[in-house]
Amino acid sequence: MNNSLIVLPIVIQFLAGTVLLFFWLKTNTQKVLSGLFSAIALVISIWLFMLVWNQGIQVTQSGNWKAPFGISFVADVFGATMVLISSIAGFAVSIFSAGSMRKERLEFGYFPILHFLIMGLQGAFLTGDIFNLYVWFEVVIISSFVMMTLGGKRKQLEGAIKYVSLNLLASTLFLVGIAFIYGLTGSLNMADIAIKINDIQNRGVINVTAGLFLVAFGIKSAVFPMYFWLPASYHTPPAAVSAIFGGLLTKLGVYAIIRSFTLIFGGDEFMGIIMSAIAALTILSGGLGAMMHQNMGKIFGYLIICHIGFMMVGLGIFTELALMGTVFYLIHDIVVKTNLFMVSGVILKINGTQDIKELGGLYKNYPMLSLLMAIPLFSLVGIPPLSGFWAKIFWIQAGLETKEYILIGFIVLGSFLTLWVIAKMWGEVFWKPGEGLPKKANGIYFDQLSGADKWQWIFPVVFLSIISLYIGFAAENIIVLSQKIAGDLMNPTGYIESVLGIKLLMP
Amino acid sequence: MIIAVLSGFFFAALLPLLGRFARKSVPLIFSFLPIALFVFFLTSLPLIKGGNTWISYHSWIPSFGIDLSFRLDGLSMLFALMITGIGALVFTYTAYYLKGHPYLDRFYGYLSMFMASMLGVVLSDNLMSMFIFWELTSISSFFLIGFNNEEASSRKSAMTALGITGFGGLVMLAGFVLIGHAADTYSITELLTRPEVLKSHSSYTWIIVLVFVGAFTKSAQFPFHFWLPAAMKAPTPVSTYLHSATMVKAGVFLLARFTPILGDTFWWNTTLITIGAFTMLYAAIHAIFRVDLKSILAYSTISALGILVFLIGIGSEKALLGAALFILAHALYKAALFLITGIIDHQTGSRDVSKLAGLRKVMMPVAVAGFIAALSSAGFPFLIGFLSKEVMYEAGLQFGEWAFLLTAILVLTKILLFVAGFWAGIKPFSGILPNEFQKVTLPSALLWVPPLLLGTLSLLFGVFPSIIEQALIQPVVSSMTGKESPIYLALWHGFNLVLLLSVITLLLGFFLYVFLKPSEKLFSKTLRFENISPENIIETIGSYFSIFAIKWTKFFQNGYLRNYVITILAFLTILTAYRLFGGVNIYIDWKQISVITPSEIIVVVLMIISIFFAILSTSRTASIVALGVVGFANCLFFLFYSAPDLAMTQFSIDTLTVLLFMLVLVKLPKNKTFSSKRIRIRDAVLSLLFGTLIAILTLEVFEEPSSSEVSKYFADNAYLLAKGRNVVNVILVDFRGFDTMVETVVLVIAAVGVFSLMKLDLNPSKKE
Repeated sequence: MNNSLIVLPIVIQFLAGTVLLFFWLKTNTQKVLSGLFSAIALVISIWLFMLVWNQGIQVTQSGNWKAPFGISFVADVFGATMVLISSIAGFAVSIFSAGSMRKERLEFGYFPILHFLIMGLQGAFLTGDIFNLYVWFEVVIISSFVMMTLGGKRKQLEGAIKYVSLNLLASTLFLVGIAFIYGLTGSLNMADIAIKINDIQNRGVINVTAGLFLVAFGIKSAVFPMYFWLPASYHTPPAAVSAIFGGLLTKLGVYAIIRSFTLIFGGDEFMGIIMSAIAALTILSGGLGAMMHQNMGKIFGYLIICHIGFMMVGLGIFTELALMGTVFYLIHDIVVKTNLFMVSGVILKINGTQDIKELGGLYKNYPMLSLLMAIPLFSLVGIPPLSGFWAKIFWIQAGLETKEYILIGFIVLGSFLTLWVIAKMWGEVFWKPGEGLPKKANGIYFDQLSGADKWQWIFPVVFLSIISLYIGFAAENIIVLSQKIAGDLMNPTGYIESVLGIKLLMP
Repeated sequence: MIIAVLSGFFFAALLPLLGRFARKSVPLIFSFLPIALFVFFLTSLPLIKGGNTWISYHSWIPSFGIDLSFRLDGLSMLFALMITGIGALVFTYTAYYLKGHPYLDRFYGYLSMFMASMLGVVLSDNLMSMFIFWELTSISSFFLIGFNNEEASSRKSAMTALGITGFGGLVMLAGFVLIGHAADTYSITELLTRPEVLKSHSSYTWIIVLVFVGAFTKSAQFPFHFWLPAAMKAPTPVSTYLHSATMVKAGVFLLARFTPILGDTFWWNTTLITIGAFTMLYAAIHAIFRVDLKSILAYSTISALGILVFLIGIGSEKALLGAALFILAHALYKAALFLITGIIDHQTGSRDVSKLAGLRKVMMPVAVAGFIAALSSAGFPFLIGFLSKEVMYEAGLQFGEWAFLLTAILVLTKILLFVAGFWAGIKPFSGILPNEFQKVTLPSALLWVPPLLLGTLSLLFGVFPSIIEQALIQPVVSSMTGKESPIYLALWHGFNLVLLLSVITLLLGFFLYVFLKPSEKLFSKTLRFENISPENIIETIGSYFSIFAIKWTKFFQNGYLRNYVITILAFLTILTAYRLFGGVNIYIDWKQISVITPSEIIVVVLMIISIFFAILSTSRTASIVALGVVGFANCLFFLFYSAPDLAMTQFSIDTLTVLLFMLVLVKLPKNKTFSSKRIRIRDAVLSLLFGTLIAILTLEVFEEPSSSEVSKYFADNAYLLAKGRNVVNVILVDFRGFDTMVETVVLVIAAVGVFSLMKLDLNPSKKE
């Protein structure tokens, strides 16, 4: 179905970023406008999702050059879902930023860049062109880099350097990979490549190219042994920035791996082994890192890695069921990780520290807030029937079907480590008596904020917690959705036909 | 039935809103829910008569065969009655026990959540929903054990309990999924109709191992038992409810539930008998080395759970009947003993059995309740404990060639439990009242009526077993055997070996009670074996694991950017090299490569010189500038191939990049040489390898005859359709105009970044 309106999510974020640039220094106007644009973007994403869900894949060709000559934009269920989830996270972070970011940072273009970042993400989810995907990656890298350095504290810059260096390395490898793909197939349109790559005689070169893509996207998704930039940088910027990073950036890498390895490269046996090994070691590294750290930001950072490992399990097993687990978990993870970094921001605001040894008494002093924060924390652990639980059933079953018993063992291990880490955090931060702990200097503490200001901190957490609860309790809906997505991914004929406007001959 | 199960959750959800009001004005209102549920299940008793079942189905996640259907048969009825009945007593008891506690409403919230989860576990007909409720019992137990959250030891105990049961739960999840995979259903009812499917399945051993881990961790079997004594940090109502009468029996319930589906095989029976027998004796011995009343009760509970596992392991009809009776008997007397301990603790402030004495003088009704409970625990005639003991011995004696050994262990355990029961139920009330307890008074009836009521039931069922015989116990046994099993309960079986063993148990038990005095000295002797206890071993493993975690993390996340880059490139190089030399015929056709012009050579040389300069320079600024030169040299290549637009773009991007880098680097400390010569050589080798690989690959890629469809289209149509003479330009601004537009945005963002890096300087004293 041709429908040029599918680029609307990108356009609205582009518009938001551009309009906000004209309100330089008028931070209060920016806050209102950003919230407004994010709300509109959310509505548009819901519309797009419903459209794709009801009417199937939607395609548009930029400049009306027919595929594969121009740049195709494709909204399939997977892409539309990712756009929807990122709009949800974007909306929450926009509100949270309005409450939590310092005025100085806002005066230097924080909001426009936030919208450009989300535009980059959504462009990546909607593009059907491999080079265009690279361009969106560029947008994401540069805007995240600027967001990270905004304010320029030394610790922050140090993290930012590591972040940007390793991500540029990833981009370079990605670009080399694209060059090889273009050299081999003469095309940049992913659907077109998917067909033409089958005619290449020299399978070895394709396998090597697949390896390049794996490493390039692997760096971005922070898997073993390429995750180093994440623990080095995620805990340094303000909570709102960490929230959007933690929720979405690594997931873009996972999205790209899923997309490229289902559409372009089929998984061969060797790739399966590599992916499984990566998955297992990523779970292990993330879990161990989370165990040994005391800083909430770092703990959540390592837990991101651990759970990216979970998602890689689905790619290692590479059956429809396993991918379904990965897609389900991806949806859950974006919501819950965004939320957790905001939670850690609220805690920082309350006590002036994120060190769990120096925190305490939240349960006593903020009972309602503790109850609220328990929702994302326990969703993350996957206490059934909360949202983090369901995907594990699918992975375990998929693992049994393919006899990947070791991976099942690692899923159990990763889940247990997550449980342990979060329970420890709960004990230290919420249960431990807060009296006598040093209160760190903090500018204005949470308690000193006015009621309306407090709501700007709390509302996004409430909003995302409700969505997490929905994912958990109405799991049936998300399962049906993930099933559809995984089915489409394993059989991309529909995608290819829609983009190229042709009918494939079934072999 | 779904309302009955889920009502506890709704109740808990209401508490944050209404709790404060209820806590202050009418704490007894909380008891309404368990009482109502108890009555509900009691009136449903006729439905299960003669082994009937009542199944109610509610769809939840149909696409994965997960539903909220519930199954009420004998087994689940017995547990449901215990959960709601003892629940009602505990809820009432708590109203006084924790009177005025600021978190009373939260306590009731967790308690009702727990009750609902526990009902869910025993009533679920779907393995997945059973697992969900199972995990919820672990979580609510975590909150209840850690209820006194400001004490470090409470927090630690809560962590231990959650760690062990949470681990067991995850393993069990794998087991349940395996069952679902093997039998193609999660429905227990369906599994019961074809029990052979799993028993003959190739993964049978794995299934029972995984299920056992789940059951043993929850029911505190050796070597996972140690979380239970630690869990005694919880307020006494919690210990009564969760850690003696209900939750810890979930594991036993699971085994009983699976007996018709998985049971009666060599590995099933042998494992359960071995673990059960060892646990019951081990814990019984531990019990009589304690002086803290709650510790004594905790270990005797573990021992009782061991007996239950042991009986299910024997698996004969007699043994299962014994198990059914003992579940009920144990719940009645152990809950009473815990409640009594709570009263003693509440009124005297002590739980030290070596000090407590003579309390009957000040709290007679409690003493009566304790007396009955202790007698039932010991198995005196006319109490329900007697019935269960008789059947147990009979079952043990019938067990083939091992009968003698097993019965001996059983008798020995029973003798030790006799002592433990007497210490808890009689010792504090007998003898002379010491001076320090003279002022102790009888508490509110809310505290002592519940244990007395439990005692009355022990007595009632013991004297008139016919009350429960057909209505309750027979359906329980039927649901465990999976077929109609007639049973017969009687007080008098005539003079036989079983009676003789009973008499021996009572006599030796009494003898031991008279001569063995609980003391600290006895307790301290056992500490010698502390370092080989499972608790210690698991903790040691845990601490080694932490060290491993630190080493692993520090090894990879070592703080040096260059190490990170090296690791990634090494990984990529190995991956690429393996694939390249493993599957590609490397053949390069030099003729296909276009002629090299002198100007190109000059630019390449310029590039190489700049690269070396960048590597060897000691100044950061110089290195960056040199890298900029490489970029500009690249622009020249674009120029050579007639793409001035590209060259311009590349030129501006490069300039910006250099500027950005400069701004960041200025804020970093001075450049130092960290690397030794060896490291530099390693890096050089890796870089060369990587570069060579990419070069080979590039040449290989050019070997492939690629489709020129797209480029030909561009060349053909640039002028015709897009009205532009320069194809590259047309590609940039028309065919692929979108890319260019987005790249422009990248430039804008970069500009904002540069601006803010230069201008924005946050006051470091303020945060966020």
